[in-house]
Amino acid sequence: MPKALVDLLTVVLNGVTLAALYFVVASGFTLIFGLMRTTNMAHGSLYMLGAYVGVSAYDATGNWLAALVIGFAALAVVGGAIHLGLLSRMAGQDLRQALVTIGLSIIIGDLLLAKYGGLTYQIAPPAFAAGSVAIPFVVNGTYSAYRLFMIGAAVAVYGSLWLVLNRTRIGWYIRAGIDDRDMLSALGVNVSRVFLFVFALGAGLAGLSGVIGATALSISPSEDGRYLLSSLVVVIVGGMGSLEGAVIGALIIGLSEQIGLFYAPTYSIFITFVIMAAVLAIRPQGLLGRPA
Amino acid sequence: MAEPLIPRPDGPAESADHPEPAATAPVLEISGLDVRYGQSHVLQGVDLIVNRRPLSLIGRNGMGKSTLCNAITGLVPAFGGSVKLHGHELVGLKPHEIARSGIGYVPQGRRVFASLSVEEHLRMVARRGGGGWTIKKIYELFPSLQARRRNGGTQLSGGEQQMLAIARALLLNPRLLIMDEPSEGLAPIVVEHMIGTLHNLAREGVALLLVEQNLGVATSVSERIAIMVTGTIALETTSAELASDEATQRRYLGVSTHIERIDTPAAPAPST
Repeated sequence: MPKALVDLLTVVLNGVTLAALYFVVASGFTLIFGLMRTTNMAHGSLYMLGAYVGVSAYDATGNWLAALVIGFAALAVVGGAIHLGLLSRMAGQDLRQALVTIGLSIIIGDLLLAKYGGLTYQIAPPAFAAGSVAIPFVVNGTYSAYRLFMIGAAVAVYGSLWLVLNRTRIGWYIRAGIDDRDMLSALGVNVSRVFLFVFALGAGLAGLSGVIGATALSISPSEDGRYLLSSLVVVIVGGMGSLEGAVIGALIIGLSEQIGLFYAPTYSIFITFVIMAAVLAIRPQGLLGRPA
Repeated sequence: MAEPLIPRPDGPAESADHPEPAATAPVLEISGLDVRYGQSHVLQGVDLIVNRRPLSLIGRNGMGKSTLCNAITGLVPAFGGSVKLHGHELVGLKPHEIARSGIGYVPQGRRVFASLSVEEHLRMVARRGGGGWTIKKIYELFPSLQARRRNGGTQLSGGEQQMLAIARALLLNPRLLIMDEPSEGLAPIVVEHMIGTLHNLAREGVALLLVEQNLGVATSVSERIAIMVTGTIALETTSAELASDEATQRRYLGVSTHIERIDTPAAPAPST
């Protein structure tokens, strides 16, 4: 097999696994920003907080799955508190929400810097996804088992969210509440509690993705901006509130980033935003978004 | 049509140890209800009693009819006054608490959920266990909803959307059904079918507050008529009296109102 093709296949696989991480990070953002239309500029900070919580939980337990669960649960609680204490009091006020959550992200970032310092941490992958597996047609003939595992994690997150939104009562509440909040409350549903659940779930997913990301790559201060940006691009390119759109958005961003990095490293970020601009010029509502 | 359209719901409200109250016992008592939007005083001391005989509330546009519905259901806050359902105060409760206490709301414009299919609408509201209305009974009442159960809320015709809005309110097993302009935008034949449904619901013991602009629909559904003018109840009368009193019609409802009764389509429309 020619080296150029092996390179290309490796780059594509890198792109897909990166896309898996971007999707898991953006899935919570799809719920909070895409569906609920709550402007949460602290989503990257929730990712980062989840990652550091995962680092500490892994130090304490030595168990990767425990760290994952703790990262999810801790951030769900934090998200619920942010929603109850701050954001539910400014429902529908985008600018206030943006300012408050930007402030929140600065506070979270500084607190984490104070506690963990400027070092880079990485969580060891779980035993079932440690080391590498043999795959023909990629560079060196082996590939990181954990990066492949991330694809499975992304599929699991997608499947779970799809089931919750389409096959459960709470999912119907969520979709109906987004269509017409007042009408849903007139049908006897406590919509505030539904939205609290959505926000806690979205923040929990950010925490979960933080643990997954800190294992795949690493975590250090100022990672928050990178993941907020990727989540914004994924949700906007894919279409606000569309789970399938987030999958496509994550694939586009992950692939373009890795392909750009390999073939035109100088222009990697530039390519990502050219794609976003092009999509928005043709479909302002995103690839799978409904017109506003 | 020998069989009743409505299967009898065996809800807990009508169990053996609670004898059915008289039809004239008050279900909903509104007294001195005030609602303000900023500077404007939209409802000004509304007094109205709804019992188990259907009541229609009519009046011109902008008189406060929809605001009254929204105030009863808690969607707009009351500035003062009282709304009692079977003696329990509703003012100050949240909309979902009011709905659970027994008020079903069929709002103006239907407001079905665009993202949900017909079946998802119904399954979302239907309670597990318990008696009363079930999805099965709803499909017996509205067979066309069953035929379109996989369709999205906004893929339905106006009449089907209206059925869906009524159906999801019924699944709450309400003691009082509030309907705001249900005939709006529907073809006459569909309106006629809806009126038949409302008659059947009333026979089943569901109290009904019908807000209408169309006098013909109002008089076809209920004997009791209340007329709203600038945020107060100006007059309570009966269908028969109002139908024969053109001066009152002109005074409160304007000259363009249709007054022919829907169930007697042969009656000539009055010249306007």
